[in-house]
Amino acid sequence: MAYELIEKIRNNELKIEDIIVHTFSKIEETEDNLHSFVHLSKEKALNKAQILDKKYAKGESIGKLYGLPIAIKDCICVKNSPTTCCSKILKGYHPPYNATVVERLLEQNNAICVGRTNMDEFAMGSSTENSCYGPTYNPWDNKYVPGGSSGGSGAAVASGQVILSLGSDTGGSVRCPAAYCGVVGLKPTYGRNSRYGLVSYANSLEQIGPITRCVKDNALLMEIMAGKDPLDSTSAVVTVDNYIAHLEDSIKGKTVAIPKEYFGEGINISVKQKVNDAIEILKDLNIKTIDVSLPHLEYTIPTYYLLAMSEASSNLERFDGLLYGKITPEQKTNVFKVFKKTRGEGFGTEVKRRIILGTYALSAGYYDMFYMKALKVRTLIKNDFQKVFKKADVIVCPTMPTTAFKIGELIDDPLQMYLMDILTCPVNIAGLPAISIPCGFDEKKLPIGFQIIGNYWEEQIILNIAYQLEQQLQLYKKLPEIGKRRR
Amino acid sequence: MSELEIIIGLEVHIQLTNLETKLFCRCGNHYRGKEPNSLVCPICLGYPGSLPVLNRKAVEFATRLALALNCEINEEFFFFRKNYFYPDLPKGFQISQYNKAGGKAFADGGYIEIKIGSQPKKISLNRIHLEEDPARMIHQGSIASSPYSLVDYNRSGVALIEIVSEPDLRSPEEAREYLNQLKSIIQYTGIADLDLEGSCRVDANVSLKGHPRSEVKNITSFKEVERALKWEIQRHKNVLKRGKELVQETRHWDDTRRLTISLRTKEFEKDYRYFPEEDLVPIVLEQSFIQQVKDDLPEMPTERKKRFQKDYDLPEFNAEILVIDKNIADFFEETVNSNDDFTSADFNQICNWLMGDISRWLNENNTNITQTQLTPELLSELVILINQGKITGKIAKTFIDAMMSGESPKKLIKKTGKQRISDEKVIRKIVKEVIENNQDIVKDYIRNPKAIQALIGKCMAKTKGQADPKITRDIMKEELEKSLQ
Ligand SMILES: [Zn+2]
Repeated sequence: MAYELIEKIRNNELKIEDIIVHTFSKIEETEDNLHSFVHLSKEKALNKAQILDKKYAKGESIGKLYGLPIAIKDCICVKNSPTTCCSKILKGYHPPYNATVVERLLEQNNAICVGRTNMDEFAMGSSTENSCYGPTYNPWDNKYVPGGSSGGSGAAVASGQVILSLGSDTGGSVRCPAAYCGVVGLKPTYGRNSRYGLVSYANSLEQIGPITRCVKDNALLMEIMAGKDPLDSTSAVVTVDNYIAHLEDSIKGKTVAIPKEYFGEGINISVKQKVNDAIEILKDLNIKTIDVSLPHLEYTIPTYYLLAMSEASSNLERFDGLLYGKITPEQKTNVFKVFKKTRGEGFGTEVKRRIILGTYALSAGYYDMFYMKALKVRTLIKNDFQKVFKKADVIVCPTMPTTAFKIGELIDDPLQMYLMDILTCPVNIAGLPAISIPCGFDEKKLPIGFQIIGNYWEEQIILNIAYQLEQQLQLYKKLPEIGKRRR
Repeated sequence: MSELEIIIGLEVHIQLTNLETKLFCRCGNHYRGKEPNSLVCPICLGYPGSLPVLNRKAVEFATRLALALNCEINEEFFFFRKNYFYPDLPKGFQISQYNKAGGKAFADGGYIEIKIGSQPKKISLNRIHLEEDPARMIHQGSIASSPYSLVDYNRSGVALIEIVSEPDLRSPEEAREYLNQLKSIIQYTGIADLDLEGSCRVDANVSLKGHPRSEVKNITSFKEVERALKWEIQRHKNVLKRGKELVQETRHWDDTRRLTISLRTKEFEKDYRYFPEEDLVPIVLEQSFIQQVKDDLPEMPTERKKRFQKDYDLPEFNAEILVIDKNIADFFEETVNSNDDFTSADFNQICNWLMGDISRWLNENNTNITQTQLTPELLSELVILINQGKITGKIAKTFIDAMMSGESPKKLIKKTGKQRISDEKVIRKIVKEVIENNQDIVKDYIRNPKAIQALIGKCMAKTKGQADPKITRDIMKEELEKSLQ
């Protein structure tokens, strides 16, 4: 865990360089079976490790992250290093600037980026199969998907390649891979973390969030990342609590709401069972539970996809090949033909599907019927949650309706794939914070995610409850066995 | 066929050229004369992951204009995205405002008062809104024949305000008057210098009453508007004269060929898929902020006109023309205040110089007074020399050209040798010569006393305008009477 490593560096038991060397040997050993990474930066990472070791030896401050290795999702800009959103259209693109969270983690606190993780193209997907580089494999069983869209980050952490990573969550893209890979993933309140430098998919829904092995590491990254960024107008001026200090707080007397709709039809039996077992553990810790209703759950999928696709259709207009990324030049042609060819060749099937649907939803004559209606339902869903938070501190439920599915199983059935987001996307629609932590395994030995949803800006409470539950379950100590078998 | 009523509405886009930075990023706003693509950043280039942050000063400028145009400001609003593909639009959408789909303009209503002859007329405004300018496209020759397009993103993201009028204008001349007044108000608010090349663009909606309208796009200067409107109205009339029907369409003003070309008809109108820009939070303007801007609002042309009438005894008509160009009005005030002895007659004389010869010179040279070397001190000196009888008004007129390059009238007297001739003997000698040599005009004078003007003109020509006009006239009358006895 990050905390243990930091202690060892402080006690001069470990050098940062040793950690980085070890990380890359672990990656080299396992990457064939995982494909978590799409770009690695070994040389840069080793250089920075040596510099930091020297600085530390001289007694200089090296920030809060002590050169710890971190894996960053391929849609978060890292200056002068490839950032492609796992899309052909951005191949070769090196952003000229750092995302704000990258600035805070890498520049101000000296985490070391070891590489960029695989994802569904432009974060559109729940399986990491929609990547132009090919899929990532679930570390617990490589016939299964790692979840998505931040599947590379989930797999890299679950397999022990790295202990820290970043994902982004538009409709569950941090929590889904956290659940499927058996690690901790947090989607912060909308506006908690800066989105500056996160390549937009659906900008009113998404947040960058940490994926880590344990809750404490998650809290550590959140403390550094969270807070107002003058470069992101939607980032909020709300005090960032001392998350780590409050992890040990007693949760006695806290009220936990259990929404009946989130345990209904379509939720796998083993998932229900393990989540209920975790609720029993919380009860042993003297929390109160109440049964509540979030009646608009059935509308969340259409609402989420209408909003996300509409926004995507506009956000992805900038990829025309003129200023950056892939361009398909042709002699004596007009610019619109270049646009068409670039976009036609550069985007994958799922991205095209969402752009077309979003364009349709925003078109004259359809706007009121689709986009405006989705906005209205969005308000209803927010209100549902607010009613519950009048009575309860948090809401708990499964993160995903099932455990991981097989690679290829749903790829030709987009609607079924979209339905996988049913328990995660209401949180994005409402803009609330939520965490997924592992709460057990199913009969196929695949991990199950437990979701804790908080009220706005109450990351501290969900981290606190997640930590207390984690201490009881002790699942983070369990690592999958990844042999040298070829995939 | 009786004349159909002309209906014109204008959409004017002006750049907030007096801002230091662009609308959504911190890049410099003064792109003119700069190396192409030198004032750019990830935000105005629309790089993936970059986000806009609203320039608060632009909001203040828009508030100033809204107040100056008597609009009703929307205290809460959000931005929209206007989506379309074009190489000048790096994000694939323009951040703008929209008054449909739950959106609001920056401000609604308002009006501009214009004069038609001596009759005042209020032109109602529909709304004003804030938006960003696309990049600048550069072609070799015309866009159609150019083998390439170059894009300069220095202009990308510069703040624009769009001012939309109601279809209240009834002729190209009214449109010109409206634009003159609008330009004047903008100059007084201090938000933009519309003399800068490319700082304003106009789209005009034109129709003949009862017939479909056309929207003429891409009129790139105020001066072109009247010309484009005249052309388009004539086109409408010609179509109807031939017994054909007009269609609702968008047309493009080609300013080199000076005609409009059809771009697309109604059924092919672009669908911009306007929807809220969620990267910017809703803007809330506090009452106290609006009040502060109101308190700091500079004097507007209408108030200044009234003050000029009162403080400087100027006739309404003159005061009105004088205040239109703020630079001229400022120059006037500095000149009249440069000498404590100036009287109301001097104020009027200074006003006349500025409205007459000096404005004419500025027009001919296509410049404004601040760009010249003329100073209030020089103009003041000229007026004093006339008052002292050292030069005549005619001589003074010949000095204007040199004075615009900073030469002093005193030095010009020495340099040219020109000064007022007031010696009666000298003038009488010239008058006698003129009478002798122009007997035909003298005969004419018997029947038509106005012919005296022609004779005085001959004296002036002989003295190169130096003879005092009043003395010359008196002596001419005397001598004519004598010669006819
Ligand atoms: Zn910029």
